[in-house]
Amino acid sequence: MNEGKTGSPILEVDDLVVDYRTGRQTNRAVDHVSFEIAPGETLGLVGESGSGKTTIGMAILGLVPTTSGTIRFEGSDLARLSARERQGLGTRRQVIFQDPYSSLDPTKTIGYTLAEPYLRGNSAARATVADRMAELLTKVGLSPEAARRYPAQFSGGQRQRIAIARALMLSPQLIVCDEPVSALDLSIQAEVMNLLAELQRELGLSLLFISHDLSVVRHISHRLIVLEHGRVVERGDADEIYTAPKHPYTQALLAAAPVPDPVEQRARREARLAAKESKGIPA
Amino acid sequence: MTAIKGQVGSSAIVAREPASSRAMSAGLTRRLLRKPLGLASAIVILIIIASSALASLIAPYDPLDQNTHIVRQLPSAAHWLGTDSLGRDVLSRLLFGSQETLVGVLQAVVVMLIISVPLGIISGYLGGRADSVILRVVDLLMSIPSIIITLAVLAIFDSSMFAAMITVGVLASGAFIRVIRSAVLGVRQELYVGAARVAGLGRFQIMVRHVLPQARGVLLVQVSLFAAATLGIQTGLAFLGFGPPPPAPSWGGMVAEAASLIHQDPWLLVPSGGIIAITTLAFGLLGDALRDSNQERFTLASTFKRQVALATGGERATVVEALSSTTGAVLSVRNLRIGYGSVGDELTVVENVDFDIAPGEIVGLVGESGSGKTVTALSLLGLLGATGRVTGGSILFQGNELVGLSSAGYRGIRGSGIAMISQEPMVALDPSFRVGAQIAEAVRTHDRCSRAEAKVRTTDLLRAVKLPPEVASRYPHQISGGMAQRIAIAEALAGRPKLLIADEPTTALDVTVQADILDLLRSLQQDTGMAVLLVTHDWGVVGDICSRAVVMYAGQVVERASVDEMYRRPRHPYTLGLLESSPHLAKKGEPLPTIGGMVPPPRDWPTGCHFAARCPFATDACREAPIPMADLGDGRASRCIHIDLLVKERP
Repeated sequence: MNEGKTGSPILEVDDLVVDYRTGRQTNRAVDHVSFEIAPGETLGLVGESGSGKTTIGMAILGLVPTTSGTIRFEGSDLARLSARERQGLGTRRQVIFQDPYSSLDPTKTIGYTLAEPYLRGNSAARATVADRMAELLTKVGLSPEAARRYPAQFSGGQRQRIAIARALMLSPQLIVCDEPVSALDLSIQAEVMNLLAELQRELGLSLLFISHDLSVVRHISHRLIVLEHGRVVERGDADEIYTAPKHPYTQALLAAAPVPDPVEQRARREARLAAKESKGIPA
Repeated sequence: MTAIKGQVGSSAIVAREPASSRAMSAGLTRRLLRKPLGLASAIVILIIIASSALASLIAPYDPLDQNTHIVRQLPSAAHWLGTDSLGRDVLSRLLFGSQETLVGVLQAVVVMLIISVPLGIISGYLGGRADSVILRVVDLLMSIPSIIITLAVLAIFDSSMFAAMITVGVLASGAFIRVIRSAVLGVRQELYVGAARVAGLGRFQIMVRHVLPQARGVLLVQVSLFAAATLGIQTGLAFLGFGPPPPAPSWGGMVAEAASLIHQDPWLLVPSGGIIAITTLAFGLLGDALRDSNQERFTLASTFKRQVALATGGERATVVEALSSTTGAVLSVRNLRIGYGSVGDELTVVENVDFDIAPGEIVGLVGESGSGKTVTALSLLGLLGATGRVTGGSILFQGNELVGLSSAGYRGIRGSGIAMISQEPMVALDPSFRVGAQIAEAVRTHDRCSRAEAKVRTTDLLRAVKLPPEVASRYPHQISGGMAQRIAIAEALAGRPKLLIADEPTTALDVTVQADILDLLRSLQQDTGMAVLLVTHDWGVVGDICSRAVVMYAGQVVERASVDEMYRRPRHPYTLGLLESSPHLAKKGEPLPTIGGMVPPPRDWPTGCHFAARCPFATDACREAPIPMADLGDGRASRCIHIDLLVKERP
C-alpha cells in the first residue's frame, strides 16, 4: 500500500487549530491536528459529526480561516501566500463536495461550469477547452454532449461524476473529497468510488478522503486518521486500523457500524452489548 | 428517447433524457409566457408601453384639440372613449398622458436598481464591515417618511416630477437592498460558490456569474411589484397637481379632472381610473407569475406529468400473485399498485407489491432511491398526498381492509394501530413546544386521560426509550439528533401501535447513535410485541435488526426471504448486485463490483423484467412479458426466471 509514497509530501498540515465563534462562545472544531499527504496517496479522514473532519478540508481549501498552525501545500505556507498566488492554487488543489445537488450552479450549463475555472485568466485556453471538456466527460463516464445540459437533467450519481470532471479540468495535484459518496445509492456509490480510485492511479492524484463510513474510507485509502472532537485519536495503515483498532473510540466506531452479514453482525452486536454492559452502561 | 453511453472500466452509464429536456432548460421568459396570467399581463403591459411610445402615430386626435360642440360625450365611433369637458378626445389624452407616467415609473425603477443591486450583493456576499455599514444606511433610509420627503423635494425643485421619481427610487432602495441581501445570503451557502472559490475565481466574478443569476428571479418579482407601487405614487402626485401643468395630459391629472366632474359626467372617471387600475394590476400579476416561474425553473417537478398513460396503460398485463394470504399476519399487502396524477391518468410508481408482517416481526423493506419503498410505506397509512392514491390491490391490517378507507377511518388506525417514525426526527418535532408536552399531547389523543395521567405516562414512555424524565422539559433545539429520534419513537409508542413503520430511522445519525437506536427498536419489539417495518437502503441495518427482508426495485417487489437466506443465497440478480457492491467485503485495490446503469423512472418501465437492462443474466424471455414472482418455498420468492443461474453461495 506504499505505492507512490515517494518524494516530499504534497500537503503538510502542522498543529492546525480552527475555532468557530458563535456569539460570545468559542468552539474548537479542530484541535492541534497534524498530518501529511504524499504524492499519489489517499489519506482517509474518519469521524462522526462534530469531529472536525469537514472543517479540516475547508481549512485546506481556504474556505474557513485558521486560528493557528500551518498548512503547507507543495512546500509553501498557505497563510503567507498573496491573494494572487492563492487564487493560482485553484489549478492544483480541487474539491468534490458531498451534496451533488448544491455543488453545481443550477443556472449554468455543465459546459459553463467545467470551462469557467479553465478559462480564468487564460485566453489561450479557449482553443482547447472543448476538447478538454469532452475528454473529461468521457473519462467520468458521460457523453461529451452533457456539456450542453443543465444540472437538473442529471441524477445524483451523474452530478457527482460532473463534479469530479470539474475538479479534474485543471489537472490538480490534490483533491479534497468531502463525503463524496454519502448521498449516493449503494450501487452508484460503488461506481463513483471505482472512478475515483481509477483516476487516482491513472493521474497520480493525492486524495484527502473525508467520510463517516469506515468501510468506504478503508477501501479507498492508504492511510487513515480517526478524529474525535477535533483531535486525532488514531492514525496508521487503513487495513491495520480496520482490522485491529487500538484506540477505544475507533473500536467503538467500528463496533457500531453494522456489517452487511447477519451472522457476523449478530456476533458483533453481542460483543458490543457485552462490552457496554461490562462498563455499566445500560443497553 | 435517445440514450447516450460512456464507459469507465466496467460501468456504463446511460444518461436519462427527460421527455421535455428543452422545457427544462427553458428560461424564465418561456415559463412565464406559458402561464395564462403571466402571458395576459405581459401582453397588457407591452400594449400599454407600445401605444405610449407610438402615441403621436396612433392617437386619432391632438390631445390638446378642444371642440366645444362635443363636450362630455359618451364613447362613440368617432371618439372611442368619449370626450372631456373641453371636448378633447379622451383616448388621445390617455395615450399621450401615459408617457409621463411610464417614464416616471422607469426612472424610479432604474434608480432603485442602480442603488440596491450592487449594495445588496456586496452586503450579502462580502458580509463583515461592508455589510454592517450598508445595513445602517438601509435602516436610515427605511426610517425616513418617504411621502413627506417626496413632497419636500417637489417644493424645492419647482414641482419637478423627475426629481420626485428619483427620490422615490432612492428611498425605496433600502427595502430592496434587504431583499437582495437575503437572497444572496442563501446563495452564498451553496456548495458551487465554494467550488468557484476553490477554483480561484475572484469575488467580483463569483458575484456576477453565480450569485446574481440566482437573485435575478427575486429581483424581477420585486421590480414588477415596485413598478405597480410607483405607478400609484406617480399618478397620485399628478392627481394632486404636481404633474405637467394643464392642458398637457397626464393620467393622474385626468383622474383629478374627472373627479371634479363626477356628478355631471361619471363616465369620465372610467377610462382614466380604469387604465391606472389595469396597469397596476398587470404589474402585480406579472410579479406573481414571475415568482412562480422562477421557483419552477430549476426543478424537474413541472415537467413530470403527461405521456404516462402510454407506458402504464392497458397493454401492461397485471401479474396476479399466488401468495396466499397468511392468517395471523398483522399486515398483509397484496398486489398493491400506487399511482400519482389525475384520476384515471395516473403514473404508476409501485405495482405488484406483496408481503406479510407477522406480529412482533421486524421486516426490512430494502431498495435504492426510486424503488418505491417509501411510497409503499406511506400508502400503509394513507399518506400519499393529494395526487397519489392506491389504484389496485389490498392492504389488510389485522384483517381490516385499509384501501379505500376514509380519512376518519384512517384516524382510528394512525398512531394506535400503525405508527410511523421518519428519517428526520427534528422535522417531526415542533420547535416551539417542550418535547414532554409533545409526547403528552400524543398520549392524550389516544388515551383521553387527565393531564396528570398523561404526565405519568410521558415519563414511562421516556423511560421506555431510555431517556431520563428531565428531558421532558427541554425544547427540540436543546437535544441531539439521537435524542430527537428517541422522542419521536416515544411519541409513536403513545398509541400502543401493533406496527411501527420506521422510514430510514437512522440514516441521518452517526453510527454510534444508530447502533443505540437499533438496540432500542429491538428491545421495544421484544418487550411490547410490536411489529416493525423498517424501510432502509443499508444492508448493515437490515442484517442487524431484521428477520426477513423484502427487496424492491423500480416499483416492484423482486425478492422476499429470511435475512440469513437472502445474504447467503440471494435469488434475484438485483439483490446479488446490491449486496456485492457494499465495500465491506471488497478486496482492497480491486474495483468494487457494480451493477451499472440506473433505476429506470416509472415512465420508462419496460413491459418485461424491470431489471433486465442492467442484468448480466437477461435473455429475450426476460423482456417479453411481465415476470411473475416465483415461490421458492420456505417463505422465499423471487421475481426472476433465471434463478437456476444464481446458485452462487456468498461467503
